[in-house]
Amino acid sequence: MTNYSYTLFIPLIPLAMFLLIGLTGHKFKPIVSGYAGTLGLTVAAFLSYITAIRYFFIEGAVDGTYPMIKAVSTVWLRFTDTLHIDLGVLIDPISVMMLVVITTVSLMVHLYSLGYMKGERGFARFYAFLSLFSFSMLGLVLATNIFQMYIFWELVGVSSFLLIGFYYEKPSAVAASKKAFIVTRFADLGFLIGILMLSFTTDTFDFKTLTSLDGPIITSTAGASFMGLSVITWSLIFIFIGGAGKSAMFPLHIWLPDAMEGPTPVSALIHAATMVVAGVYLVARLFPAYAIAAPDALHVVGYVGGFTSLFAAVIAITQIDIKRVLAFSTMSQIGYMMMSLGVSGYGDHEGLGYMASMFHLFTHAMFKALLFLGAGAIIHAVHSNNMTDMGGLRKYMPITHITFLIACLTIAGIPPLSGFWSKDEILAAALHHNPILFGIGFGVAGLTAFYMFRLYYNIFWGTDRHYHHTPHEAPAIMTFPLLFLAVASVFSGFLPFSHMVTSDGKPFEAHTDMLVAIPSVVIALIGITFATIMYKKPSTIPDRLAGSIKGLYKASLNKFWFDEIYLFVTKRVIFAYISRPIAWFDRHVVDATMNLVGWTVTTASNKIKGLQSGQLQQYAMVFVSSVVILVLLFVYLISK
Amino acid sequence: MDILSWFVAIPVLTVMAILFAKDLKQTRIISAIGMSAQLGLTTWLVYAYLAERAAGNAAAWLFKYDVTWFTSLNIHYTVGVDGISVAMIALTSVVIFAGVFASWRTDYLPREFFISLILLSSGVFGFFISLDLFTMFLFYEIAVIPMYLLIGIWGTGPKEYSAMKLTLMLMGGSALIMVGLLGVYFNSAPAGQQLTFNLNEIAANGIPVVAQQFFFPMLFLGFGVLGALFPFHTWSPDGHASAPTAVSMLHAGVLMKLGGYGAFRVAIYLMPEAAQDQAWIFIILTSVSVVYGAFGAVVQKDLKYINAYSSVSHCGLVLFAILMMNQTALNGAILQMISHGLMTALFFALIGMIYGRTHTRMINEMGGLMKVLPFLGVAYVIAGLASLGLPGLSGFVAEMTIFVGAYQHTDLFHRFVTIMATTSIVVTAVYILRVVGVLLFGPIRDEHHLHLTDATWWERLSTVTLITAIAAVGIFPLWLSDMINFSLRPIVERIVAAL
Repeated sequence: MTNYSYTLFIPLIPLAMFLLIGLTGHKFKPIVSGYAGTLGLTVAAFLSYITAIRYFFIEGAVDGTYPMIKAVSTVWLRFTDTLHIDLGVLIDPISVMMLVVITTVSLMVHLYSLGYMKGERGFARFYAFLSLFSFSMLGLVLATNIFQMYIFWELVGVSSFLLIGFYYEKPSAVAASKKAFIVTRFADLGFLIGILMLSFTTDTFDFKTLTSLDGPIITSTAGASFMGLSVITWSLIFIFIGGAGKSAMFPLHIWLPDAMEGPTPVSALIHAATMVVAGVYLVARLFPAYAIAAPDALHVVGYVGGFTSLFAAVIAITQIDIKRVLAFSTMSQIGYMMMSLGVSGYGDHEGLGYMASMFHLFTHAMFKALLFLGAGAIIHAVHSNNMTDMGGLRKYMPITHITFLIACLTIAGIPPLSGFWSKDEILAAALHHNPILFGIGFGVAGLTAFYMFRLYYNIFWGTDRHYHHTPHEAPAIMTFPLLFLAVASVFSGFLPFSHMVTSDGKPFEAHTDMLVAIPSVVIALIGITFATIMYKKPSTIPDRLAGSIKGLYKASLNKFWFDEIYLFVTKRVIFAYISRPIAWFDRHVVDATMNLVGWTVTTASNKIKGLQSGQLQQYAMVFVSSVVILVLLFVYLISK
Repeated sequence: MDILSWFVAIPVLTVMAILFAKDLKQTRIISAIGMSAQLGLTTWLVYAYLAERAAGNAAAWLFKYDVTWFTSLNIHYTVGVDGISVAMIALTSVVIFAGVFASWRTDYLPREFFISLILLSSGVFGFFISLDLFTMFLFYEIAVIPMYLLIGIWGTGPKEYSAMKLTLMLMGGSALIMVGLLGVYFNSAPAGQQLTFNLNEIAANGIPVVAQQFFFPMLFLGFGVLGALFPFHTWSPDGHASAPTAVSMLHAGVLMKLGGYGAFRVAIYLMPEAAQDQAWIFIILTSVSVVYGAFGAVVQKDLKYINAYSSVSHCGLVLFAILMMNQTALNGAILQMISHGLMTALFFALIGMIYGRTHTRMINEMGGLMKVLPFLGVAYVIAGLASLGLPGLSGFVAEMTIFVGAYQHTDLFHRFVTIMATTSIVVTAVYILRVVGVLLFGPIRDEHHLHLTDATWWERLSTVTLITAIAAVGIFPLWLSDMINFSLRPIVERIVAAL
């Protein structure tokens, strides 16, 4: 077996950069931190590519199966004799694929930010946090056991918190970072409970054991059940809640649109390409357990994913802020990936959905990062996030325009761009397993094409706005990542995913299903056509249309009032109905009782302290009268 | 003199040296030297302890030393340490070291202040090394009494009220402990044999179950008061709010741990049968503490109150874990004591430093401090992250060990309370992020705060010491956890045997 122990350095280099920049960054010119971070990531990316090439092409499948290799592992904390958290590196098809995705996008974002963040206060801090995030995310995907994943899961959460709140003087950014952290924390509670249940039942945290076909999950017979579902099913559902929180699945999605308060490169890296797909990765990681031992839990995954993809697509249609359109689009696409996992079976061609999900994760990372970085360049040029302040930019920003167009065509699923291939596989998998979800996915494909081209036309076509200064193309350090990712978006669809990343590690042959491919391209073209009619030239159609479906339009514009619902829960329920009464109760009941005890003692002693006045006459008086009373009493008693 | 007695002797010698100090400058230098020596000695102790264990010494107690003190009642001065007490001693040394530097600029009656503070610490050290219940109680009182003076004289706000409240409530606890200890003493040996206060001898003899049923709740409650057990926790918010910085640090960081340690070492260890019977009552109280404290912290406006309620929640988790009475949960309880001690000390140190600059502790009167006080701001964020259980910092290690341990119980009651306790991790995030968001982020609320200066060298030293300790436990927890586990094994066997 090949030695992969060097892969340990892939996460450790960014960690070292984080510490270096964090502790000494202020001593140097800011740009030094930027170079240091970028250099670190370059090395990490290089190592990742080498690993991918070695794993997939040089070593290849052993006996027809890609092996799961524990390259490094050490005990970090012992709970019981059998339960211990290990820290280590797990090499298997999905972790290697994720290494490539993370380091590629992260490196592009590092480069891009050298231009985008130039002159910002806190430039060094920005790179420190980026390195911290890269470390955490790499640690997450390389986790050998579920508790290690939970550790890094929390760490990516906090890096995301720090980066969303990067502009910490802006109240909206602070609020958004808080919201993101707390909502995902709530979901992580589900994850934690799931881990507790799962580890108690199986007595291990180890992924290899948990997912092996003769492991404790898959061989377990029903066991105790609650509401008709086994403990395993429940624990996997709880674990999925954690994944749903991170991946912004309905109804835990509310943090993602607000997270756009962070700098745009951060949105590209964390909230489009890498961290938000952690939930998909989590389910994929435990996929044999879901598919074989808990199909009910997998159905939950599928339906939540499907619903989210539709829900988010509907909202994306009406948003004005270009980053929010992209955020809802991300939600929708991640919903696609979840749905794809949900309709997948285990092994061989049954596992098409699994393969398609990972495929889409890969291609989506490239084109969505591209879209966000493009959006960043546009925002940089016009100093606004709103598409109402944009228009006709194609003349001023040719490179951004072309790359953005490529990304839009890719996400819409136009062949032969990468999005077409991965989306096609998802729809094919859905068609064979669950017609309802196929219907949703099919509809979403049309909506996606529509809202993406609505975005595209509003930015690059339409009327010129009155700009403060003429918008100009971004500098080369920013356009290079755009071009690189555009190339990746175009060609990554040709990667033979079904030969590399499959549910059981065995390659299989996936075919393009014309029955799915043709209708899906047609509906995408219909969506694009509608968008072209409505938005290419100034037109009154959108307004009239919005007027005719006023209710739905308003609901979509207000994101179905989910923010208001959550605000009610936090402000009203947690603050006003739970915490305040508890604080009041504590002061006015519990503490008052204690004070009452004190008061009683003081009062009582005040009352009886008169007995010891120190006046001799009074003592004599009491003495004499007591003697008299006692004598009388005794006389009475004796005489009786 | 034996090695462990030095832990009491160094503070006492320091106190005596301070008596000859002329001014603040000399006082604090002497204190710093004394407590640095203490920290050095602790490092040596940890090293020596681990070396002994590595060499295969499997005795329950190391570095034992015994002198008869009062023959007719069989009172001894017996000291010795196991992995648990070594951990607690290490915690105390770090906190008192940081505390001395945090009170570097005490200008009102500095000599008296440092004398009381360091005397208090000698009581704490004595408590952790004692194996004789009488001596242990004596040290316990030495630790509790100076608190009254420290808060009453150097405190802020309604300090006399707070000091009185805190002392009286803790004295109430002490009274219960004393009765409990006497009860243990008179049942410590079979009829006709010599009664004893020695922890191990009592454990070997065993206490009759009938007596246990009566004295267990007394001891557990008595120590529980100090551990902020609901509903006997209300001294904590007022007491902490009025106490000067170093006293808050030491009190929340170490003194509250005497409660948890005592409850575990005396109440549970000596009376496992009664503990098994009555645990459910206290489990309910502690799980209430955990959730109630967290929710209570959500709406507080005073930084110290927030932290005091947070301590109720976190210390509730300590007692909760102790009552779970299995190896993993008990290990988690000890880890949580260490972890909470360090991070709450850090919190109080930082609150003191911020208060010293802004002269307010109300979060709605401050804002955007990160910009003017970057060092203190970053340290506060780290403390907050430790408190909400971020991996890589100590809180995570402790909480996860507790939750995994508590989940080993299979019945519905334990499952329910465990899940209830885990919800506190979300509520903790809510109140921590609320404070961080208002206090440090956002625009600067008060223009007077624009000209504040960041931390001085002694403040940095104090803060960095604590952060280093928190990170060390959080990143490399195995040695600590293994050290504790080793010593827990015989204790857990005894508890399990009582089932």
